[in-house]
Amino acid sequence: MSELIYSVFDPEVQPPVLYPDYASTILRAPTKPLMVLKKSLVELSGPVFGDILLRPLDNDLTKNAIRNGEPIGERIVVHGTVRDEWGSPIPQALIEIWQANACGRYVHKVDQHNAPLDPNFLGAGRCLTDAQGNYKFYTIKPGAYPWGNHHNAWRPNHIHFSLFGANITSRLVTQMYFPGDPLLQYDPIFLSVPPAGRELLLSTFVLGLTEPSFALGYRFDIVLRGAQATPFETK
Amino acid sequence: MNKLRQTPSQTLGPYFAYSLSPEQYGYPFNSIMNQQMVNPFTEKDAITIVGKVYDGAGEVIPDALVEIWQNDGEKQLIGRCGTGTDIEHRFVFYTLKPSVYDGQAPFLTVILLMRGQLIHSYTRMYFSDELELNQQDPFLNTIPVDRLSTLIAQKNDLGYTFDIHMQGQNETVFIEI
Repeated sequence: MSELIYSVFDPEVQPPVLYPDYASTILRAPTKPLMVLKKSLVELSGPVFGDILLRPLDNDLTKNAIRNGEPIGERIVVHGTVRDEWGSPIPQALIEIWQANACGRYVHKVDQHNAPLDPNFLGAGRCLTDAQGNYKFYTIKPGAYPWGNHHNAWRPNHIHFSLFGANITSRLVTQMYFPGDPLLQYDPIFLSVPPAGRELLLSTFVLGLTEPSFALGYRFDIVLRGAQATPFETK
Repeated sequence: MNKLRQTPSQTLGPYFAYSLSPEQYGYPFNSIMNQQMVNPFTEKDAITIVGKVYDGAGEVIPDALVEIWQNDGEKQLIGRCGTGTDIEHRFVFYTLKPSVYDGQAPFLTVILLMRGQLIHSYTRMYFSDELELNQQDPFLNTIPVDRLSTLIAQKNDLGYTFDIHMQGQNETVFIEI
């Protein structure tokens, strides 16, 4: 027989909603306890993106916004596998990414950082995981940039990830960081994650994924929360 | 088998629009979901949902991203709208009202993401003109009476209005999903 198993956000690895060192949480974090919902068929379903129109360069940020040349910066390739908490790969998960350019400047109109835009780099990409849950992005290693959270605050290099998995309980928005970044120890957004979870946000450099004379290889595996029907043995 | 550890959540940040909602914000990238969950010009039963997101100081939040999921067994629809392009920082969706499904009053699942949220929030939007079904709904009946109105969109001339309050006296009921 089977039983529906679901899990909540795991407080041992997930950040709290309110983390005052990240000042923007103070007026934006809900203050009342969440109401617990008996899951219905609505939450145990989610959008299926199998038939969306993906274009060939959507997962190649080094090429998908070229106007008059190659984007500036260090080319990287990011590989990963998306799994559920029971280790099963999640095929056809939608991954959307965005990031700053090599100078630490976002294309977004609101970004006022005094660093150059790159006319050949947008910093947006997307893909679907394959049948084994694997994904791959080519991009430029993002630069660090200053922000107004506190005096001399700089965000470590990071790539934003948005994922839709098997159903809407597995929705995840996160950030991938780079190993050895000296800014991580000062970043309240990274430090909002309890110590047990922090290394899960670090990509690893992998020589075997590095493409000779082209791009440095990194791995960033992702585990999505969520419900699934799992075989359940009863005695 | 040992469960794998969940990848921790991190904030959406302020600069998501050129990837997640590029057409709405005028960036040169295509959108794969938007505020038109159905086409309001061709779908005669289309409804409009309009709302604002407020922070704990009562200010309208101009950089939130709202996603709507609905599934009534017949139709599954996903929508996405940022609050950064409307002059009043409203979100606007065009969709269909779902029917009763799985023994529940019609509702939409709302996913709310923004800078200042380390984990996104979930809530539900019910419809003020489904009074009888709402009164019998098993989930709504677990909500304290004085907070119930935060989950119910009010029907008016424009369609339905559904404001979301992150904090304060009218703090929206957020849901563990």
